[in-house]
Amino acid sequence: MPFRTPLLASILGLATAGAVLADTNPAVDARQAQFTLYAHNLAVVGSMAQGRMDYDADAAQTAADNLYHLTRHDQGRMWPEGTDNASIEGTRALPGIWEDLDDFTAKFVALQEAAESLQAVAGDGLDALRPAVGQLGAACAACHDANRAER
Amino acid sequence: MQRVAVFVFGLALLAGAGFWWLTRPQGLDDADIATLMALDADPERGAGVFWAGGCAGCHSAPGAEDDDAPVLSGGQRFETEFGVFIAPNISPHPDHGIGTWGRADFANAMMRGISPQGAHYYPAFPYTAYALADLQEIADLQAFIATLPPSDAVAPEHELAFPFTFRRGIGLWKARYLGEDWVLQGDLSPEVERGRHLVEALAHCAECHTPRDSFGGLDRAAWMEGAPNPSGDGRIPGITPGALGWSRQDIALYLESGFTPEFDVAGGSMAAVVRAMARLTPADRDAIAAYLLALE
Repeated sequence: MPFRTPLLASILGLATAGAVLADTNPAVDARQAQFTLYAHNLAVVGSMAQGRMDYDADAAQTAADNLYHLTRHDQGRMWPEGTDNASIEGTRALPGIWEDLDDFTAKFVALQEAAESLQAVAGDGLDALRPAVGQLGAACAACHDANRAER
Repeated sequence: MQRVAVFVFGLALLAGAGFWWLTRPQGLDDADIATLMALDADPERGAGVFWAGGCAGCHSAPGAEDDDAPVLSGGQRFETEFGVFIAPNISPHPDHGIGTWGRADFANAMMRGISPQGAHYYPAFPYTAYALADLQEIADLQAFIATLPPSDAVAPEHELAFPFTFRRGIGLWKARYLGEDWVLQGDLSPEVERGRHLVEALAHCAECHTPRDSFGGLDRAAWMEGAPNPSGDGRIPGITPGALGWSRQDIALYLESGFTPEFDVAGGSMAAVVRAMARLTPADRDAIAAYLLALE
């Protein structure tokens, strides 16, 4: 009995770890991490555009540069088939993404273009920054609108 | 035996007449119609009502772009547990839209859920909210819609199963759910009162953010506490102070920009709502925030 209890505990522990592992998917983790980094940088230019934070040309340019590069990260391995919210837990990606990959790609290209426009003007003052942030937000929203489930 | 049959027949007739009377479409009363007809309508003010009401969110074509003068061709599908509702064409087209409607027709549709032919509309069209609007707003809104581009699109019929195909029954639903007073009561500041008007009468936020009972009426005891997404995926979040935890500035800026305080970006049905809310005045977005923070 003294031997069996830790054994049982470790079997249970392994089983639990297995269940957790089954719920995570490296591709889903990678794309969610990428979205987190978008938000991390959007927070800077977004807060300035909203008036929550004073405009700072250097900080705005750095965040915009980051967003430019983040949106150049190749997406090829981030969206494997079978990682929609009907197939697995832990994602809000709708199956429609894979039903119309051309549209999904077009929306991503629109995001890349918006990030490029933002990068071009981020250091030119708040009046230049605001519409470019708006355009970037609209590119985010267009895809969330079509391809992301409610929580 | 014959007397029993006559009695049962008579009872059935009475029950039928009672049902018919209870479910009859009831328009605005004569005094309201008289007031309405005497108003001067202003399309510019109507634009404010239009964006606060979010009309374009449901009545523009599926996937339509953000536009100052949206084409209200209809055609968007709304999946519910009662079936699929399809938004109609409310553009000013004379044959396929609402271009020939009189002001009373428009007001009875908006505030009583009755078509110009006297049929009940399904409450997917949130007339229970618009019933709290001002007659002036209704007249102004119609004047604004008349300035939008006409569309000859014909939206498909709703896809409903019996008994929901029986429109007359909506009369019973209305007897229970139409004509409610404001949810937020008490001594309110002018700003919160304005916010209440925007949220409860025009923007009809509760239609998605408040759960429904088994008859599809709003559960006013759980006002804005969040609800299952009618199309089945996930939940519509609660927007009470406790559920949201956002500041007044967070709420107002979200409605303007679509950015949450964490700089996530609104999606789903809320993306269209934000596009409309962005066209309100900053004071109105602040008023909505003040109202939401006054809940509970």
